Amino acid sequence: MKTKGRVNGIISNILIVKADGPVGQNEICHVFPTGEEVKLMAEVIKVVGDQAYVQVFDSTRGLKIGDRVEFEGHMLEVTLAPGLLSRNYDGLQNDLEKMESLFIARGSITEPVDFEKKWPFKPLAKAGDRVSAAAWLGEVQEQWIAHKIMVPFTMRMEAGTYTVKSVAAAGEYKVTDTIAVITDTDGKDHDITMVQKWPVKQAVRAYAEKPRPSRVMETGVRAIDTFNPLAEGGTGFIPGPFGAGKTVLQHAISKQAEADVIIMVACGERANEVVEIFTEFPELVDPRTGHKLMERTIIICNTSNMPVAAREASVYTGMAIGEYYRAMGLKVLIMADSTSRWAQALREMSNRLEELPGQDAFPMDLSAIISNFYSRAGLVKLYNGETGSVTFLGTVSPAGGNLKEPVTESTKKAARCFYALSQGRADSKRYPAIDPLDSYSKYLEYPEIETYLNEHIEDNWVRRVYEGKTLVQRGKEANDQINILGDDGVPVEYHQRFWKSELIDFVILQQDAFDSIDANCPMERQKMMYNMVLDVCTREFTFDDFEVCGTFFKTLINLFRQMNYAEWQSDKFSSYKQQIEETVQAQASK
Amino acid sequence: MKAFQKVYTRIDNITKATIVLRADEVGNDELATVRDDKGSEKLAQVVKIMGDSVTLQVFAGTEGIATDSEVTFLGHAPRLRVSDDLSGRFFNAYGDPIEEGGKNMAADGMGGGPDGGDGEEREIGGPTVNPFRRLQPSELIATGIAGIDLNNTIVSGQKIPFFADPDQPYNAVMANVALRAKADKIILGGMGLSNDDFLYFKHVFENAGALDRIVSFVNTTENPPVERLLVPDMALTAAEYFAVDKGQKVLVLLTDMTLYADALAIVSNRMDQIPSKDSMPGSLYSDLAKIYEKAVQLPNGGSITIIAVTTLSGGDITHAIPDNTGYITEGQLFLRNDSDTGKVIVDPFRSLSRLKQLVIGKKTREDHPQIMNACVRLYADAANAKTKLENGFDLSDYDERTLKFAYDYSEKLLSIDVNIDITEMLDTAWTLLAKYFSKEEVGIKAELIDKYWQS
Repeated sequence: MKTKGRVNGIISNILIVKADGPVGQNEICHVFPTGEEVKLMAEVIKVVGDQAYVQVFDSTRGLKIGDRVEFEGHMLEVTLAPGLLSRNYDGLQNDLEKMESLFIARGSITEPVDFEKKWPFKPLAKAGDRVSAAAWLGEVQEQWIAHKIMVPFTMRMEAGTYTVKSVAAAGEYKVTDTIAVITDTDGKDHDITMVQKWPVKQAVRAYAEKPRPSRVMETGVRAIDTFNPLAEGGTGFIPGPFGAGKTVLQHAISKQAEADVIIMVACGERANEVVEIFTEFPELVDPRTGHKLMERTIIICNTSNMPVAAREASVYTGMAIGEYYRAMGLKVLIMADSTSRWAQALREMSNRLEELPGQDAFPMDLSAIISNFYSRAGLVKLYNGETGSVTFLGTVSPAGGNLKEPVTESTKKAARCFYALSQGRADSKRYPAIDPLDSYSKYLEYPEIETYLNEHIEDNWVRRVYEGKTLVQRGKEANDQINILGDDGVPVEYHQRFWKSELIDFVILQQDAFDSIDANCPMERQKMMYNMVLDVCTREFTFDDFEVCGTFFKTLINLFRQMNYAEWQSDKFSSYKQQIEETVQAQASK
Repeated sequence: MKAFQKVYTRIDNITKATIVLRADEVGNDELATVRDDKGSEKLAQVVKIMGDSVTLQVFAGTEGIATDSEVTFLGHAPRLRVSDDLSGRFFNAYGDPIEEGGKNMAADGMGGGPDGGDGEEREIGGPTVNPFRRLQPSELIATGIAGIDLNNTIVSGQKIPFFADPDQPYNAVMANVALRAKADKIILGGMGLSNDDFLYFKHVFENAGALDRIVSFVNTTENPPVERLLVPDMALTAAEYFAVDKGQKVLVLLTDMTLYADALAIVSNRMDQIPSKDSMPGSLYSDLAKIYEKAVQLPNGGSITIIAVTTLSGGDITHAIPDNTGYITEGQLFLRNDSDTGKVIVDPFRSLSRLKQLVIGKKTREDHPQIMNACVRLYADAANAKTKLENGFDLSDYDERTLKFAYDYSEKLLSIDVNIDITEMLDTAWTLLAKYFSKEEVGIKAELIDKYWQS
């Protein structure tokens, strides 16, 4: 029997509920406002005696002492089944598209998947197979993905715990139809359907092992792929003050990344930015597959004006769905914009619970919560030998652009890639504003990744990347000297050093996200451009004076940029390439 | 209706802004009236309930309230009576008319709107528009100010604040923008407006003959600060009525949001909440977002555009209020006094309209994006030349020309007293470019140069 309760206190969106039975931490309950037809979802966040503190995922206006509450006996769950792709959910997995009215009415609940639709099912397992949680029993075609129907994650994980008794024949089934029966060691039969539920705040652990990431996830952004690559199954974060281009960069990555499934979590950000995705993604085509971008995308949208508690839930909802697709052996990329809003939601809760605050009034365990969340990403080896991955990339909106604030610092401890967007670069329109010196990718230090890059791009690639980074560093130092001593006050050599770093900056680091060609730079093209630039940079030229030096590099930069804008291997492209070679040759022979 | 309501006369605690009493059957966010020693009724709202102990925030402050003052609960959250009768009138923070004749609070005591109208009463601070039902903003709002239209074009459904120092003429600029924008309704939400500024807005609107399309909700510095918290929601509830129900293009002006945030801080302080950065409540981001996110382009053609003012202290944009605002709004506009021309200009470097990409070169002439970038780039070169000059270095011929260009550009385009249409702005820019530079120096696409260069 369900535990019942009555509202006994209201502080903003926190209710204190006097319960008449057992209540679990993080348990979901529903509040029934007197005189209204709706029920409001809430989550237990603290229990003191028989008083449960619950955060309501909705407006608490008009609630009264004594309003009825029912505890559901389970935590916040996502529904996992075929038909999640292309959907637009709120933070609690309500399908926004199914809500008819212009405004989101209080207590709106819509089904996350279509329970009537029939899917063409193909069995993969057969009677007698030994299976456990997350084992593939069959598959259905969802968009262009072979969506695996698995033994629910909530079942036992020990290999071969269950024996398949029967699997449905190929044919059309609804998600709620039984497609397999499996028998446990006690001889008890379990009916398996295509739909399962999973508590979002718990990591799915139904996989054989979680090795270190060993492959790179291409994003088409040079400043990332070439300089600070993101590993498949890796984690990264993008902090930056407002106006530095976090969202533009994230949108660019979501369009170009070589992932099977993209999950965009719009967490406490602007609604118009989500509308941009709603408007563009159904039109844009994924260059790798020729399919519409929307076909591989799931949007979880809890904009800044939607209830704060659901904002916190939204990142977990996205992660749980990502883990589900990872268990099918797919490459999943999850992007959250912005994790600071999630942290602020935690702060608001903590504040209302009158917990002793940590730095900047954030809860003391902020750091632990963030690292726990980032640790759910990763490359996994499934029981059947296949691999799947969840790559996570979050943005952080540091207060006042100051990277010394708690969310940025906690995230820095958890994430392996750091793409710092700098105000200075944004002001001088050097986009993407990823700071080449502050940013890093720990993956460059992984021997597995080094081997991968050396094999997939070319020998000694990583060494060459470091070489480029050193050149940028030296260029900055030279520039500092020039600024102090004046153009004439330093040897021409300093100017050359500075201009070489400018060449790398303009040609490799800067990229026009709004240009149809330059926006997406495949690895092959990045390799060629980077090698050409580095070849120039490793030559020592002789210049009469600093002005000649500046003019020479300005000409080169212009030619290289035209090359970036030209179609790959087109006549124009080759002609610019030739002009560059001639210009360099002419100067070198002087 | 009041006759059936229970009157409470035992208040347990009184602070400067809140009272606590024992009551039952009270709803969260519900309004109540408290009768003070002079017999006048003060409006209060439920902010916390613990068992039978109810905490109320008294908007007008608790002066004159005694432990035996009468408290009556009204059974609803703050609301506004919406109808076409709102047009052309001035209301206080409670939505009661404040025009001559001193008609006071509406029929049921509070949460009024115009008397006698047959409009529907709506609770303020209503639900969120489903993001999936929104349309992408795509209609340009012309203001005649080139610093905005040319460089930082505003689009309907956008939310954008002026980040201004208190001494800058932001209210005047806003009034101009409002009058020139082809909006069906202009809704002014004044928070902590000085009486002089309030009268200024009133006169400007009257003189322009625009009063019939203007609705104002005003809390002046003479009114209690906590009352301000109602103003944005009142203004936006009226805006939603005109935009959603009537399909109109509504422009909402909110001035000054910094004073609104200060009022939030006062209340959170009185409620013993732990402050976060700059003594602001931890929920500042959500509180501001709830207001700004009401900006929307609706499928019925109606829209709500919000232009706000956030005053800065000492130009510091890292303070919690402008910082949180910057993360919420779609850009920001900076005013600056240009010492060369002596004009107030819209700063082309620090200002940004995030939505301009949706309209420039699409709803305006094709050369708009390129002209905009070229001029700002040359203006930046002029700034560098100026630094050189100040540091005692020699100027090149190019430097000299950029300085002259910057002067003209500032005077003829960036200055806020300019009022021309966008095509004229583009033509003016072409004239200036041709006057000071060669075709090669402006870095504009060859096709556009061929078409528009004024030789």
